Amino acid sequence: MDLALSKEDHAFAERMREFFTSEIPAELRDRVARGEHPTREDIVTTQRTLNAHGLAVPHWPVEWGGQDWTPLQRHLWAEEMTLAHVPSPIVFNTAMIGPVIAQFAGQEMKERFLPKTANADIWWSQGFSEPNAGSDLASLKTTAVRDGDEWVVNGQKTWTTYAQYGDWIFNLVRTDPEAQKQRGISMLLIDMRTPGVTIRPIHLIDGGYEVNEVFFDNVRVPADNLVGEENQGWTYAKFLLGNERTSNAGVGILKNRIIRIKALAGSLLDDPLFLSRLTRLEVEIRSLEMSVLRVLAREASQPVGMPDPISSVLKLKGSELQQEATELLVDVLGPQGLAYRESVEVPDGFTPPPEGAVDALPTYFNWRKASIYAGSNEVQRGIIAKAILKF
Amino acid sequence: MDLELSDEQKMLADSVGSLLDKRYDANTRLALLEGDGDGWSRELWKQYAELGLLGLTFDEQYGGAGMGAGELAVVMEQFGKALVLEPFLATVVLGGALVAAAGTPDQKQALLPSVADGSLLLAFGYAEPGSRWSLTDISATAVPAGNGWTVSGEKIAVIGGDSADRLVVTAKTPDGAVGLFVVSTADAAAVTRAPYPMQDGLRGADILLTDAPAEALGSPADALAAVESVIDVATAALCAEAVGAMERMLWLTVDYLKTRVQFGQPIAVFQTLQHRAATMYVSLEQARSAALVARLALADDDVDDRRTAVRAAKVQIDLAARHVGQEAVQLHGGIGMTMEYPVGHYLKRTTVIAKTFADTDTLVRQVGAAGGLISA
Repeated sequence: MDLALSKEDHAFAERMREFFTSEIPAELRDRVARGEHPTREDIVTTQRTLNAHGLAVPHWPVEWGGQDWTPLQRHLWAEEMTLAHVPSPIVFNTAMIGPVIAQFAGQEMKERFLPKTANADIWWSQGFSEPNAGSDLASLKTTAVRDGDEWVVNGQKTWTTYAQYGDWIFNLVRTDPEAQKQRGISMLLIDMRTPGVTIRPIHLIDGGYEVNEVFFDNVRVPADNLVGEENQGWTYAKFLLGNERTSNAGVGILKNRIIRIKALAGSLLDDPLFLSRLTRLEVEIRSLEMSVLRVLAREASQPVGMPDPISSVLKLKGSELQQEATELLVDVLGPQGLAYRESVEVPDGFTPPPEGAVDALPTYFNWRKASIYAGSNEVQRGIIAKAILKF
Repeated sequence: MDLELSDEQKMLADSVGSLLDKRYDANTRLALLEGDGDGWSRELWKQYAELGLLGLTFDEQYGGAGMGAGELAVVMEQFGKALVLEPFLATVVLGGALVAAAGTPDQKQALLPSVADGSLLLAFGYAEPGSRWSLTDISATAVPAGNGWTVSGEKIAVIGGDSADRLVVTAKTPDGAVGLFVVSTADAAAVTRAPYPMQDGLRGADILLTDAPAEALGSPADALAAVESVIDVATAALCAEAVGAMERMLWLTVDYLKTRVQFGQPIAVFQTLQHRAATMYVSLEQARSAALVARLALADDDVDDRRTAVRAAKVQIDLAARHVGQEAVQLHGGIGMTMEYPVGHYLKRTTVIAKTFADTDTLVRQVGAAGGLISA
């Protein structure tokens, strides 16, 4: 894809690569490259290093730590970070609530939260989905009722990623039960240590723990923790979800997967059937990458936060390719990938399993989520259909 | 990063597009296709010449417009939308480009201005009954004779071979080089043509050469490299043509879903059909990106990288064209199966495009053998 980039773009990418590979410890990046999950500490420390150099929240307004970069430069920043196996800044902070606060909140709230959000002094969780509000998010039932200077919150959120690490949660709550369903929703910032907040882990089929249920039982929240205006939460949620048109494609992660598969595949690369699947996947990734670049090239002329069917195309195709890539690594491991194990260590006398033995199948199972979260692929097809059929 | 069309390219697209909108409706095309004539319009051919399309990529000193692969892609995408029947690929993208790439200055001067003004038709013969997709596994031979050569052999599936005034063919020289030779089709004793419509309606021919007097195009030792480069450009051009055809298939399908009423409502209300149309759109976007990759790759100075990128793009085009084409016919139902309705014609053309120069499996094998596209 080099040909699409100018000399200046190349130099920018090179500068990013240089920073990531010299300022972020190789030991950490190697662990990530081997498929290990970074710890909370890894993620927070990395984000602080990035923030100290102005590289944690480049897409924010400049006055809050952002960089005056083009959409393509932001893309290259994220891409080089992924390719260098640097743990990404906390997405809930940098890509979700930060931009919403910067865009819609009052000055006091901005000053109170934005610097800590950029520096990972707060770990944010996302309180959107509920047991009966998934694809139909606007049917959410968690309520906030005004009582003097406080909101009293009752209800349940679910699929809350890393709530076990969370300090604060940005919650969609129903503040007007009488209004049409999208119109009665507000966004409320809640300290997760407030009495009445309970977190319950959800164990997933990959054997890991990354999502939770979060219960709210008469949780009292100061009134000025409401973002922007009352009953405008749906607008903010749409802004939040439409903000990142291209990141759902996950091209950097896909490239890393392909590079790793090639490094581990050995003689399997001589098998024409395997090589054919791998090659077709690379072909699709290359096209997806160009689709991303096409969107970035015209993004400057489009208003921020407007949903566009191309985001749905990128999410749909990107998730399918991610899932195919995880399957290929499973095939590389063969029988050595079948044991569920926490590490590659084995008792004396046994052959240590190869790299990938710990994570290949769990990653395959885990990434089934990619076609479900952030608007299931069926929802995305609905969005595209609506755009092209215009009904 | 400049991925959008330039203003000049937009103007080119508009002028070609509006000519074809006016002159290439489905009925006109069907009449050409099924009539007793050449199977295409000589009158339109003149108009293409007047627009400068027939010398689009040739140097100005040879009567060309001196444009590049970007402009060629722009024209081919419009041709794909209209399913143009004229032998543009045969004469300009292949024949003319081979002369431009391999010919001596004298040969270029002798042939290219006539191609550009529309008076000379060319075709490129490379495939043989047993060659499959190989350019070098051929039986045709060329032997020196006097100041020139004679060529013997059988060439098949020669696009535009039925109407070409001159053929550019590959043949092996006594020292084993795959050379390029120009043969006049006027010599009926040495050149026997079996013309036919191809599966997509474009015209072609099988051609038997028997000691046909021929002129070597440039030096036979350098010819193969020129052929491969021309096929790179032509493959990128086919990618653009296929994108035009796929786009038209998608919008035909969308219109049909919105207007076809069954069970008392337009069938577009059925979610199964909505999602299938949406998935066609995803394939079209992937194809559009692949065609752009192919076009940009032509600027790559590294021949191996360029070739691998173009071949990979064509894989994407083939996969998308198969998906979009099959679904377009399926979502139309019975009407999609008929000759009187355009959608099936698009399926036919894109199917042939996917079997031109190489098939998908061959391209995948070549890209895989080159180490693929993504490396650390």
